[in-house]
Amino acid sequence: MLGKYDIIVVGAGHAGCEAAAAAANMGSKVLLITMDMNKIAQMSCNPAMGGVAKGQIVREIDALGGYSGIVTDNSAIQFRLLNRSKGPAMYSPRAQSDRMLFSQYWREHLEQIPNVDFWQDMVSGLLIENGKLVGVKTGMGMNIYSKAVVLTNGTFLNGIIHIGQKQFGGGRIGEKSASGITEQLISLGFESGRMKTGTPPRVDGRTLNYEAMEIQEGDENPGKFSYTNTKPLTNQRPCWITYTNEKVHDILRTGFDDSPMYAGRIKGLGPRYCPSIEDKINRFAERNRHQIFVEPEGWNTVEIYVNGFSTSLPDEIQLKAMRLIPGFENAKMFRPGYAIEYDYFPPTQLKLTLETHLMENLYFAGQINGTTGYEEAACQGLMAGINAHLKIEEKEEFILKRSEAYIGVLIDDLVNKGTDEPYRMFTSRAEYRILLRQDNADIRLTEIGNKIGLASNERLENVKLKIEHTNEIVKHFKKTSVTPDEINPLLEEYNTTPIPQNYKLMQIVTRPQLDIHILKDKVESIGNFLNKYNEDEILQGEILMKYEGYLEKEQLMVEKMNRLENVNINEDFDFTSIHNLSSEARQKLNKQKPRTLGQAARISGISPSDISVLMIHLGR
Amino acid sequence: MSNYLRSDLNDTICALATPEGIGAIGVIRISGSNAIELVNNVFKGKNLTQQASHTAHFGRIIENSNTENIKVIDEVLATIFVAPKSYTGENTVEISCHGSAYIQQQILQTLIKQGARSAKPGEFTMRAFLNKKLDLTQAEAVADLIASNSEASHQTAMTQMRGGFSSQILDLRERLVNFASLIELELDFGEEDVEFASRPQLKDLVQNILNLVQSLLQSFKYGNAIKNGIPTVIVGKPNAGKSTLLNALINDERAIVSSIAGTTRDTIEETFIIDGILFRLIDTAGIRKNTNDAIETIGIERTFESINKASIVIYLFDASTTTSAELETELNTLVKNQAVIIPVANKIDLLNEANKTQIIDSFNNINSLYKPLYVSTLQKENLAQLNQKLIDIVRGDEVKNDVIITNMRHYEALLNTSNALQDVLTGMDLQQTGDLLAFDIRKAIFHLGEIVGDITTDDLLENIFSKFCIGK
Repeated sequence: MLGKYDIIVVGAGHAGCEAAAAAANMGSKVLLITMDMNKIAQMSCNPAMGGVAKGQIVREIDALGGYSGIVTDNSAIQFRLLNRSKGPAMYSPRAQSDRMLFSQYWREHLEQIPNVDFWQDMVSGLLIENGKLVGVKTGMGMNIYSKAVVLTNGTFLNGIIHIGQKQFGGGRIGEKSASGITEQLISLGFESGRMKTGTPPRVDGRTLNYEAMEIQEGDENPGKFSYTNTKPLTNQRPCWITYTNEKVHDILRTGFDDSPMYAGRIKGLGPRYCPSIEDKINRFAERNRHQIFVEPEGWNTVEIYVNGFSTSLPDEIQLKAMRLIPGFENAKMFRPGYAIEYDYFPPTQLKLTLETHLMENLYFAGQINGTTGYEEAACQGLMAGINAHLKIEEKEEFILKRSEAYIGVLIDDLVNKGTDEPYRMFTSRAEYRILLRQDNADIRLTEIGNKIGLASNERLENVKLKIEHTNEIVKHFKKTSVTPDEINPLLEEYNTTPIPQNYKLMQIVTRPQLDIHILKDKVESIGNFLNKYNEDEILQGEILMKYEGYLEKEQLMVEKMNRLENVNINEDFDFTSIHNLSSEARQKLNKQKPRTLGQAARISGISPSDISVLMIHLGR
Repeated sequence: MSNYLRSDLNDTICALATPEGIGAIGVIRISGSNAIELVNNVFKGKNLTQQASHTAHFGRIIENSNTENIKVIDEVLATIFVAPKSYTGENTVEISCHGSAYIQQQILQTLIKQGARSAKPGEFTMRAFLNKKLDLTQAEAVADLIASNSEASHQTAMTQMRGGFSSQILDLRERLVNFASLIELELDFGEEDVEFASRPQLKDLVQNILNLVQSLLQSFKYGNAIKNGIPTVIVGKPNAGKSTLLNALINDERAIVSSIAGTTRDTIEETFIIDGILFRLIDTAGIRKNTNDAIETIGIERTFESINKASIVIYLFDASTTTSAELETELNTLVKNQAVIIPVANKIDLLNEANKTQIIDSFNNINSLYKPLYVSTLQKENLAQLNQKLIDIVRGDEVKNDVIITNMRHYEALLNTSNALQDVLTGMDLQQTGDLLAFDIRKAIFHLGEIVGDITTDDLLENIFSKFCIGK
């Protein structure tokens, strides 16, 4: 009934949507299979995108030509740039989204891509003929053929939901789980494991007393995620902050005996940075309160997400405890929080393209690889979609380096180090934090995104203009002088030493007490010059000037590192033939098949002496 | 991540190319694009940067080239190899120096101060390979060697980690991880409900770590002395009995390790062991004032140089001819040095029994800290007291420094750690943002990692999650 496809994407979450869109936009004929067409791009947990490190990833996805940034901008109800006081490398965009709009816009984008077909069904296994992957089998008994398959199963593979002592199969609450794929992959020789995550209750906003909480507004001048011409918000919805207390904790403790975590019914490891409320009061018993963010789920809904109250305790205990939180005295619940356990496949079984070592043309993206978070999933989907397309077109693979993108850090970490708890991105994971900023994701990535046929020419033109204008600004500041008369009053106002003779503007703007906007607003000649540039270009220029020394130092580190990164290893290189390597190193290298010496060095258990031995055996 | 990854393969490296220990000569090899320039900075002789490849040049290696206080470390032969015609394929200098471990360490330290880095095991060969100076067959032959080298150094490191060395270094690691976590915590978890350390608190923390690093660095001087011998100088006027004392000390112990030509022509170096501690005894030209003889003046200058480098100075004087005023003047000159001074009154056998007590009292009253020992080098009287005194001084130091840095690479790593921490402090004073402070603290971590093994971001996150309640 269904024709033959280039690529089948299994699952239509954040990873699946980006994978399908990228591959289709590059020219592949794509079939997107989801168990429920109404659940495309569901925000299963928090109705928000971005945050520290994650916001940088969304900017990178956008710069490469993905949709997460555009969809977030269009569905946002609140925008904040986090970490403003911590330096440009830490600026992190975050938006609250309208959950329903988010899903709707994603579906609309996908529907507008002619190369994307949809099919609602459960994939129950892979179609394998003569040891080669040729498509998928579905729950309705269909065989659908394709050249490559991208699996983005999220929490659905043998998902089990826990609420107190209750447990039942499901991929999300109210949705069926999927089975068959794990079992088949294990029979093919794959290793699998279990992970756990959780989500808080949703409540009725009409039953909350916001007077008892602190309000948290969005930014005064909200920014946005996409480098395209999406519109920044003109109107925003606030969030609120409240706190638990000892009474809340006491009630929660009465449910510990029934907790699936403490009773040992859950085997999988949960994320330490996203602990349940019971975990928090258990592990940090000395803290008498925990912060709760009260987040609206959209423009036109009363549904509220109780951020910080993730729990799998019995539902009646959840409600009883929650009602002791200031503002929640009369709260009515829409649905309780729950924990979910699901299958994942340790990502050390993948190549840097996200293709599996064991089965050619099979790609994994998202939670199936042991990650957590929409942003982490979306960028893997994008990279898997791109690489699946390039593979079947027999083109060169697309791999981002650790020095190029957080996406590169994420995939490199997964593939080389693996993970045994849900992996979330942090800026501390990146060696080159000062280079990988949210303001320059387009400068870093759009050109290569355009080269592979994903980022549009229009995007490329925009970046080129941005670079040109930024350079003009820097050049101007480096060659233009300012007189003491013109600038000293301002310098005194901002408690910085006055200048005795003419100084270059560069020497003024780099002072920590000043920024380019103060100069723009208060010095007429600078204001006049900068008027012809947009905010993005001015900020970029300022960063390049203020951070010049550090940027150079970090660039130097990259070049040092690249000398090892540039020593390639053939895919069929036989590590077992090198007797100088430790046996552990030989085994690990042969299994994970690193493609560069740099990558080999990052595999856990590989020592510097193994690397020098390898280096000598490899040549260049 | 591997240290190799993050270490610079383009910078200039140096190491002793001949076996460690005492021989007639030792060869130090320096390789890298700046090798010739770098050596030239500390070389007194021809301008090495202007010499042809494969030529050898006589000259002196000096310390403190840019101050008036020039110190000659050794007279050497520097052989120049201009890239690509060298073992490594890079600019290379081979310095042939005297075979004393002390001199070799001094030269290496001087080169490191100039910006060179201690080579890692097998690094010269690795560079040779990368620069295609070795083919695969040749390379395979050295691969075994490299693997075994690392194994051995790993063993050494492990042994050290288990021993007394470990506690302070591990304490340092923990403090650094804690400090780095606090900075990373602010950056990655700024939105969480966590209390962050204030800037003054953070500053205190860095300062504490820095103090610890610096005390370890200071112990290098002592550690190095233990390894290479405690430099001990005997000074005194001509005929005070210095040479007799030297011979007496050596003969007494009958434990001469060797007798070798020293750093300069007119100081003689002897080594001997008391209670397992190696002393390098440096006999000097006598100190005589008001000499007009140019050559003798040079000799006396050298004597003062030796005193500067010494840990212990034995000031020997003739009890029968020296007045207490004279002794006082001499001691006042000597105490300006950092070395421990032992005044030794010789020839007590010549003292008249009648006024002996009086003379001794007059010497003892000069300064209670510098009460002389009374010996007769000729009669070998009371020499055991001197031996005991020497050991007490060394052991006394030991108690103060229960961790001793002896390894040049450790020293270098600590020095780099210290510099990076200084940058963190400066950054805080300049109110730099957290992203930049983190850059410098990461550098400190990297360098400490060269001693204690890598500190990964996983370590930092682990520390954050175990100490702070994170998570909305």
